[in-house]
Formats: sequence, structure tokens, C-alpha cells
Amino acid sequence: MAASQVAVTPAAAGLMRELAAEHGPLMFHQSGGCCDGSAPMCYPAGEFLTSAADHLLGVLTVDGLAPVEVWMARDQYAYWSHTHLTIDVVPGRGSGFSLEAPTGHRFLVRSRLLTDEEAQALHPGA
Amino acid sequence: MTVYQPPGRPGSVVEFRSRYEHWIGGDWRPPVRGQYFENPTPVTGRPFCEVARGTSEDIEAALDAAHAAAPAWGRTSPAERAQVLLRVADRMEQNLEALAVAESWDNGKPVREALAADIPLAVDHLRYFAGALRAQEGSLSQLDEDTVAYHFHEPLGVVGQIIPWNFPILMAVWKLAPALAAGNAVVLKPAEQTPASILVLMELVADLLPPGVVNVVNGFGVEAGKPLASSPRIRKIAFTGETTTGRLIMQYASANLIPVSLELGGKSPNLFFADVAAEQDAFYDKALEGFAMFALNQGEVCTCPSRALIEAPIYDRFLGDGLERVRAIRQGNPLDTDTMVGAQASNDQLEKILSYIDIGQAEGAKVLVGGERVQLDGELAGGYYVAPTVFEGTNRMRIFQEEIFGPVVAVARFDGFDDGIEIANDTLYGLGAGVWTRDGSTAHRAGRAIQAGRVWTNSYHLYPAHAAFGGYKNSGIGRETHKMMLEHYQQTKNLLVSYSPQALGFF
Repeated sequence: MAASQVAVTPAAAGLMRELAAEHGPLMFHQSGGCCDGSAPMCYPAGEFLTSAADHLLGVLTVDGLAPVEVWMARDQYAYWSHTHLTIDVVPGRGSGFSLEAPTGHRFLVRSRLLTDEEAQALHPGA
Repeated sequence: MTVYQPPGRPGSVVEFRSRYEHWIGGDWRPPVRGQYFENPTPVTGRPFCEVARGTSEDIEAALDAAHAAAPAWGRTSPAERAQVLLRVADRMEQNLEALAVAESWDNGKPVREALAADIPLAVDHLRYFAGALRAQEGSLSQLDEDTVAYHFHEPLGVVGQIIPWNFPILMAVWKLAPALAAGNAVVLKPAEQTPASILVLMELVADLLPPGVVNVVNGFGVEAGKPLASSPRIRKIAFTGETTTGRLIMQYASANLIPVSLELGGKSPNLFFADVAAEQDAFYDKALEGFAMFALNQGEVCTCPSRALIEAPIYDRFLGDGLERVRAIRQGNPLDTDTMVGAQASNDQLEKILSYIDIGQAEGAKVLVGGERVQLDGELAGGYYVAPTVFEGTNRMRIFQEEIFGPVVAVARFDGFDDGIEIANDTLYGLGAGVWTRDGSTAHRAGRAIQAGRVWTNSYHLYPAHAAFGGYKNSGIGRETHKMMLEHYQQTKNLLVSYSPQALGFF
């Protein structure tokens, strides 16, 4: 199986199913900057217009859902490329225009360093 | 020392309503769908009021009120509008303690900061824009003997403003003052983390503002913020927050062809050149305070000096003294005027900060002080407290590159001027920066070389009106806290007038 740079916890997957039931297919874009930044923002798929300025980190597979793309600005990815991200969920309040805010929960990224094998598979020759 | 009573207790200087509706057309208006959300105080983690959960219907009602008010408000004389702003400022000043305690309770910040900074700065900001408006002039250009171009300032009409939670009242006033001075009517969406203190303010000044000139709709971003930002009925949108929502707001604005002003945060470097430690004097003491400034407002400041860069010859000594300063920080009950660091604004903010402390350690950064959640006793046990934290590492680590928005500073050394500037500029952002040196030339050269909109020089975290504030690079668009923001809220009308009787001769 190909190395992936993103994953999702069962709790976050559960919340995604709830949101998808209401809003349809989903996407994530990792935010940077102040206030609610440095957090994964969840939108209806296609709501946030990605472009050549963005990097597709990976596609999450969640039972019962259409594949969920996870994006990050390309310049930001330059600083994140050596880490693996897991989308989790915590009790919380507010997160820009992210879909989960009204549920009293908030998506959160937990990070770890890529293993050597993952790094080799994701950035061959690096 | 004063310890204020928590709101809701006998003797508190401020009283919150148990339930807040929207503030529309100069009065309370229940949310159309009848829904409310609980608003906890970060001080204890417990809810203290309910707040209307706004939706697109409520935004439309607020826009109706704003559109009804805008034409008359836009026609008032500058003297009249300035007078309204001055009266609001006076009323706020007369109620300093009530507003400061309300702000502390809603946001978690230490009341001493709200008393000494947030509210007085908001008051001064209103007075500044009242003055700036009075002194503003249009222009007149004589193009030739018989042709003249006049440039008039006109209001945009109705504008939208989305306010962050880190300085709920001050950030609202930063945006309201220029918008109102310029003659616009506003629909304002506070952050859902801090929806209440702004409503305390609105109620306090209700008799001073014409109905509908300022309308406040609370709610969640996706339910209330998005309908406001994407509405074809606003002529401008202003936002303070983060990059992804900033881009989304620009995307919505592009559909309506309206301007945006954005303040999206940073990862501000704070440079300490070796000559700072040349003497153990008042200036050295000031520089150490400058190092500790990352803890101001629990680090929940877009310009938090979260990267401290110390020149190699003084690295160990300055860092040692800086750590001592950080260990002396008093954290505790935000309503105690001796408390320097209070609670993070929300539980998810707390969790995010802890997740960054994790990845910082995983990347090999060393925790020199702090690095954990603080569990306070009694009623404060459920609050969201994080110990001021100092990391040592290198600039490529994520804790040096991402805004943590907590009381966390990442420290690295630099070797000489060029290295210092290179590290300072190795960031996606460019909002704030600090330069500390006894050498005037170094101060000026460094300040000009750092790609940031605000370079504090031998100072940090001052926010006076009449000094422009805004970002380079990914930190946003526009400059606040300066009269130039007036023009961001104004249309330019050019009257091109010929008083020659002669035809041009084309037809």
C-alpha cells in the first residue's frame, strides 16, 4: 500500500459521516495564521477553490463517504512535508467557516514525524 | 491588588443578560430560527449566558436595518459623526471597569490587560478616527486653465465585518471606528468564542448610535459569517482570522466584486542583537520584558513574538535571564489584577497548543520552561490554562513556522546581521517583528530589511492609533489603526468639470 501522509481517527470519521449526511461530500483545507488557524477546515467538496497554489496531501477513505481530499497551501507544505497528519476531533467552539463548528466539536490535526520508509516513499530522492 | 467578583455574583461590576438576542436596528431581535448556543467563560469552562445562533435570515434582517440607516448616516456632517464617535468613547471610558471585566470573562484574558490596554486603546481609537475624519480633505487638481478634477470622499454604504476572539472589543472598534467615521452602516459578526462582551458594549452605547448604523449578528462562521461575507448586499468585507478562511472570503468577495481587508496573522520574529547585553541597565531590563511579551494575552495575538532570535555572543546569558523573567510570570485568576497570564479562549485552542507542544518535542525542540497544561484549583479547575512555554530549536521546525496562538516562544540563535535577517524573513508571514539593539544604524537597517508591516524597534506590543498595522506576504491586505483605513471604507468620487465654452471639435 502506498504511503499516505494523512489519516483520520475513528472519532473524526464519525463526525465526518454526520456532516456528510447534512452537507454532502466533504473536503479539508489546512489553515495557517492566527485565531482559528493552524487547523483543518472542513467544507462541502468544491466549496473552497483549490489551485496550483495548493498541494493535495492525500485522500481520506472513510466508510460510507465519498473520498475526502485534504489540501494545504503549497508554500505551507514546504514546512510540513516531513510530518504525518492525523485529523482528530475535540470538544470546541468555532473554526472559521468550517462545517463542524455548530456541533460543539472541532477538527484538530495531530502530527508526528514521517518514518524513514514513509519519507522515502513520499519524497523519493529527497 | 484587586480581585473582581465574577459576573453573576453580588458585587460584580458588570452584569450579563442570561440570554442575548441579535442587536439589529438599535434593539434586541430574536433569531429567526429561534436557536441559541451556550457561551462558556474560559476562566472556569462553565457557560454563563446563551447567545442567538444566527443564520442567513438574521443576516438579511441586519442588512435590511443597515440599508435603511446607511443613506441618512452617510449624509451626516463629519462634525456630527465625529461627535457620535467621541460620545461612544466617553461612555466606554466611564465604564472602563465593567467593559474590562466583561472582556476578561468572555475571553479569559487577565483583567489588568483589559483595564490598561484593550479598553483604553479602543477609546483612543474612536477619538483618533473622530479627529482623522474632521481633518480629512478631498483634493482638487487643476488639469488646465478650464478643467478641474475634484475628488470627494463618499461612504461605501453597508459593509460587513468579521471580528476575531482574541481582543473582541478592541478588534471590533478597530474596524467599527473607521467604517462609521467614513459614514458606513455595519453588519458585524463577532467570533462565536466571544459573542457577549460586544453586546455589553452595544447595550451601553445604544442611545448614542442611530438605529441600524451598527448591527450585531452572532452565530457560527458557516451559518452566519458565510452569508454575510458572500452577500451581494455589502460593499466591502473586513476580516481578521486565518489564511484558509481569508482565501474563502476573497473567493466570495470576488463573486460580488467587492474589496476586502484581511489580517491573517503571522509568526513574528523578535531579534536581540548582541549589544543589548552590553550593560545591565534599564534598557536590558526592557529587552527582557520584550522577550517575555510572547505571553501577553496568553499568546493569542496575531503579532505574538513567537520566534525569539538571539545573537550568538549573548545567547546563553540573555536566554538565561529571559527564562528567569518567564518563570516570574504570575498565572491564575484572570479577574485578579496581579495576574499576568489568564486562560486560553477555548478548549480547542488549548488542545491545539498542546498538540504543538507535542510536535515540537517530536521534532527535537527542547522545552526550557513550561510545556504543559496548568491545572488551577477550585472554580478555575475547568478553565483552559497553559504554562508559558519556551522552546529551543531551529527555524525549520514547525513550531517556528506555524502560529500556535498560545503562550509559546521558539528560541534560536543567529550569527551576525545577515543571518539574523535571513532567519527572520524565512516565514510565510510578515505581520510583526521586533528589533532590539543599542545601535541606531543596526536598528534602522534591520527594521527596513525585515519583511513585515510593523517592526517594533526597542519596543513590542504597542498598538497606538496613528501607526499603521497590517501585513506583508501571507499576513493579509490593508492597514488598520491609521487614517489610511478611512479610505479603505470610502469611495472616491471624481467630478471632472470643464468651464470652457468651446466644443472639443470632434463632432
